[in-house]
Amino acid sequence: MSENHLLSKNSAPHSDVEDIKIRSNYLRGKLEEVLEDRITASIPEDENRLMKFHGSYMQDDRDLRNERSKQKLEPAYQFMLRVRAPGGVVTPAQWLMMDRISKAYGNGTIRLTTRQSFQLHGVLKWNMKKTIREVHDSLLTTLAACGDVNRNVMCNPNPHQSDVHAEVYHWACLLSEHLEPQTKAYHEIWLDGEKVLDSQEAEQEPIYGKVYLPRKFKIGLAVPPSNDVDVFSQDLGLIAIVENGKLAGFNVAVGGGMGMTHGDPLTYPQVAKVIGFCTPEQVIEIAEKTVTIQRDYGDRSVRKHARFKYTIDDRGVEWFISELTSRLGWGLAEARPYSFEDHGDRYGWVKGTGGKWHFTLFIENGRIKDEQDYQLMTGLREIAGIHTGDFRLTANQNLIIANVTTAKKKKIEALIGEYGLTDGLRYSALRRNSMACVALPTCGLAMAESERYLPELLGKIEPLLAENGLSEENIVIRMTGCPNGCARPALAELSFIGKGPGKYNMYLGGGFAGERLNKLYKENIGEGEILDSLRVLLSHYAKDRNPEEHFGDFTIRAGYIQQVASGQDFHA
Amino acid sequence: MELQVSNSPFNQEQTELLNRLLPSLTDSQRVWLSGYLTALARAGFSGGLASTAVSVQSAAPSAAAPVPAASKEITILYGSQTGNSSGLAKKFAKALEAEQYQVTLSSMGDYKTGNLKKTSQLLVIVSTHGEGEPPDSAISFYEFLNSKRAPKLDGLRFSVLALGDTSYEFFCQTGKDFDKRLEELGGQRLVPRVDCDVDFSEDAGAWFSQVTAALSAGSGSAALKTEDLTAQVEAGESSYSRENPFRAEVLENLNLNGRGSARETRHLEISLEGSGLDYEPGDSLGIYPENDPQLVDALIATLGWSGAEEVPVSKSGDLLPSREALLRHFEITVLTKPFLTRLADITGHEGLVKLVSPGEEEALKGYLKGRDLLDLVQDYHLQGIGPDALTGLLRKLPPRLYSIASSSKATPEEVHVTVRAVRYEAHGRQRRGVTSVQLAERVQPGDTLPVFIQHNPSFKLPKDPNTKIIMIGPGTGVAPFRAFLSEREESDAQGESWLFYGDQHFTTDFLYQVEWQRWLKDGVLTRMDVAFSRDTEQKVYVQHRMLEHSKELFNWLEQGAVVYVCGDEGSMAHDVHAALATILIQEGGLAPEAAAERLTEMQRQQRYQRDVY
Repeated sequence: MSENHLLSKNSAPHSDVEDIKIRSNYLRGKLEEVLEDRITASIPEDENRLMKFHGSYMQDDRDLRNERSKQKLEPAYQFMLRVRAPGGVVTPAQWLMMDRISKAYGNGTIRLTTRQSFQLHGVLKWNMKKTIREVHDSLLTTLAACGDVNRNVMCNPNPHQSDVHAEVYHWACLLSEHLEPQTKAYHEIWLDGEKVLDSQEAEQEPIYGKVYLPRKFKIGLAVPPSNDVDVFSQDLGLIAIVENGKLAGFNVAVGGGMGMTHGDPLTYPQVAKVIGFCTPEQVIEIAEKTVTIQRDYGDRSVRKHARFKYTIDDRGVEWFISELTSRLGWGLAEARPYSFEDHGDRYGWVKGTGGKWHFTLFIENGRIKDEQDYQLMTGLREIAGIHTGDFRLTANQNLIIANVTTAKKKKIEALIGEYGLTDGLRYSALRRNSMACVALPTCGLAMAESERYLPELLGKIEPLLAENGLSEENIVIRMTGCPNGCARPALAELSFIGKGPGKYNMYLGGGFAGERLNKLYKENIGEGEILDSLRVLLSHYAKDRNPEEHFGDFTIRAGYIQQVASGQDFHA
Repeated sequence: MELQVSNSPFNQEQTELLNRLLPSLTDSQRVWLSGYLTALARAGFSGGLASTAVSVQSAAPSAAAPVPAASKEITILYGSQTGNSSGLAKKFAKALEAEQYQVTLSSMGDYKTGNLKKTSQLLVIVSTHGEGEPPDSAISFYEFLNSKRAPKLDGLRFSVLALGDTSYEFFCQTGKDFDKRLEELGGQRLVPRVDCDVDFSEDAGAWFSQVTAALSAGSGSAALKTEDLTAQVEAGESSYSRENPFRAEVLENLNLNGRGSARETRHLEISLEGSGLDYEPGDSLGIYPENDPQLVDALIATLGWSGAEEVPVSKSGDLLPSREALLRHFEITVLTKPFLTRLADITGHEGLVKLVSPGEEEALKGYLKGRDLLDLVQDYHLQGIGPDALTGLLRKLPPRLYSIASSSKATPEEVHVTVRAVRYEAHGRQRRGVTSVQLAERVQPGDTLPVFIQHNPSFKLPKDPNTKIIMIGPGTGVAPFRAFLSEREESDAQGESWLFYGDQHFTTDFLYQVEWQRWLKDGVLTRMDVAFSRDTEQKVYVQHRMLEHSKELFNWLEQGAVVYVCGDEGSMAHDVHAALATILIQEGGLAPEAAAERLTEMQRQQRYQRDVY
């Protein structure tokens, strides 16, 4: 490798996180030691940086921060633990494990994430080892669910809808495996694995090297016409090209990403650019080379400028294509035609190949929990107890009870009925197409509520929809508590990004299939102004829309918002 | 001078009575009366004198041993756990010194037993704990005196003042034991023993007046001027005391337990500004509480009183409406055997008479446990009893002592205490700790509380700031160690320190967590081990953590570390004691008996100090 690992393109000194990674000896640091400290439930910031690579990071219950500070108690430190599975495919036994550990060690709920992973919240430091061991014993992992590495590989979760879906899932698994960190630290720290004595010699990260990537790296595989994985939000997006009912290969898209920083126009969300086509067998090598290019050229001085999208935008996509071609020794073919229809989920029962059935359940904001009048968690536990197929976490935080045999379908239907588990059809189409990140009280980055507020806001928007006859109109709405973009807000037709308590930036004009970014419509507004704006927008949309015209497209045509072609125009 | 209405505060009838009485008194009777009245005056901050007070022991000086011409040398030995006995002993010593007595004042733990034989006059002031046990600092002397090594004490004149609590079965047992043993060894009583209940001030004062009268009578010298005694006792930096508490403003009152805890522990910051009161780490704050208004109202309703009936709340005849009196002057949450006995006498209630009759001790003990006055009134249908009759039998509401959690060096003119709210269900009713729940529910910043400082010389930081200290204080037992570390931080002491703490849950019950963390970071606290019993499948307590680190703990002991234990006497203190013994056996190779002896020796040397309750 001729390229430097640590130099920024502007030759600025590398960030302290880079130092932490270098010193960590392949992600060990002092993790074992600080986990043993019983006087605090926290770990130092340096170790928290490393913890991320192990699939977890420290949070605290922000609802209690001030109260506990007065009480002379440290913040209610706890750990978020992310459990990943490529394409979000898990067995009933794995579901039951998650259910059990969330009750034993977490806050009693499970969060399905927008990257088809599980999140547990509220795990105490001293329970981390036990929790991770149980995850490991059930053949899932938390390794690389966070951190500056390749994250959970996303994939359309309906592999059994067709043979092509199954094949795409197969490649997702191979990609995930190929890009997994090789350090033994995970086994040593969490699973009492044997210590590697001379790790410098014995241990190698052939792809990442000892400093890993400048920032996280995301891969998603979409199977048109569904863009449920938001393939254009990925650092590396792969669009399955199906010809004559067979997987011909993938269109390759690079440089997408959601995160930005309020008030910093040099940061912006970006959609990935399609640069060519490859055969399925070439996918692993393309991914590896892409990752190494980002490893070598990504900005290691300023973390908020370190994502792959900036590497590409700063140097130009042509530069990337030539660098990739040079590393591969061969070039991509010309991109092939494809077409996306939407990026949502299809709810309810679907019959797939091989006579198997799939039921997509609407999970509001991905939160699995029991409430007085809705025993979702218990219902799913009961289903997992008899289910012989599997579960699939969707990119929209919903859940598919998949591969149900005709024989089992009745029993599962009965349980769905018994617990009133919903396909979402009783809700407005807007709610079915809604997504919110976790935000308060656990997320340290949140500036405003998200998961706890969006359902309430929807309840106030729904009457406006009904007034205008739009209750069954699919409009994609997303909310996040900060601009880092966990719920991929920049790709929604209507989105809200938290600015401060009760205050949001409002964005309009995203493409219905997740192909176009939205744009700032109003800044720093509260609920009253949100509803006032929507009253005008929705009634105008209902009156003047063209046939089949989506809300995002309408807001551009009607002049409410300018169309955004590239993230570089997002703030323009 | 004859008393007249015009030259005295008395009315006509009183003047006549006094003029008839006074000329008839002998010298010693006068002295006795004078001391008695002084003690009454000192005790009566609220005018409160329960009727049980005088009847306890009122032996006249004539009962004193007719031993002539004793010297002016006298030894006062005290055995103190919470500081009451030592506080009294020091006051009495000062008063006697002022009268040219040569006083040898000593804690029993420090006393060289060889001197006992040479002593001609001895005063013993000692409290009783738990199941009739002596205070820690008195154990070795107690054992010595009851052993074969104890010398013959013919010619010794002695008297015992016993402190205790009538709600315990073995009331004043240690004092009784000393009294009996000193007699067995040949001593003669100067004046009879006095057994004090929790409101000990006036009984103790009366005892001392008898003692001084007997001493001066015996020595033939001029009678002790008791006015001087008062002056002496009150002398000092502050005019506020247990008898005359300071009305202190509450500055802060917060719950230290995080949301979701089964506990509620209050941290109170109280202003001592203007009081002149001072304290050292290890001392306690006394707080005079008020009873729960809900309980008082329930009691009044059950008794069928109006609450407005005036009842005497002091010997001097101060009257207050019964509701007020029950709120602020009388104890209504604890039942004692003497109370039930007198109540049975007065009411003649068959059931009560049976309950207090001989042979029914177990039944009585069972009944007294966890019941209060309201239970008694309900269970024995005592609704007919009048306000005067009932309140006349009640004990005075005693102050509660809390280990001080602050250093006056760090927070001058301020005192902090750590109080766990006591709430539990018993006999079908929610029970609330008198003081703790008052502090938790009815005291806000800006309110005032009657407080005093209770010095505790047997729980003190080592004089040498370089001495290592090991502090074991689960729950609210950690309070004095906050004071210790705060003091050591302020005085920049270099000695290493090790704290063992425990409670139910890490997340919610780690009292003063961020302060320990800061002290650990700054090196004021060298190390800390914690045990949270409900966070793990197997319950772990501080003693388990001690045993886990037995080797290191033993090394600290070998290096002269002083061990402090504070908190629950019931099980914790015993388990910690056993753990210390185990460490001595395991790491020091001592035989079990030798280990026990070593611990007793350490207690005697004040290298092992306890503040347990």
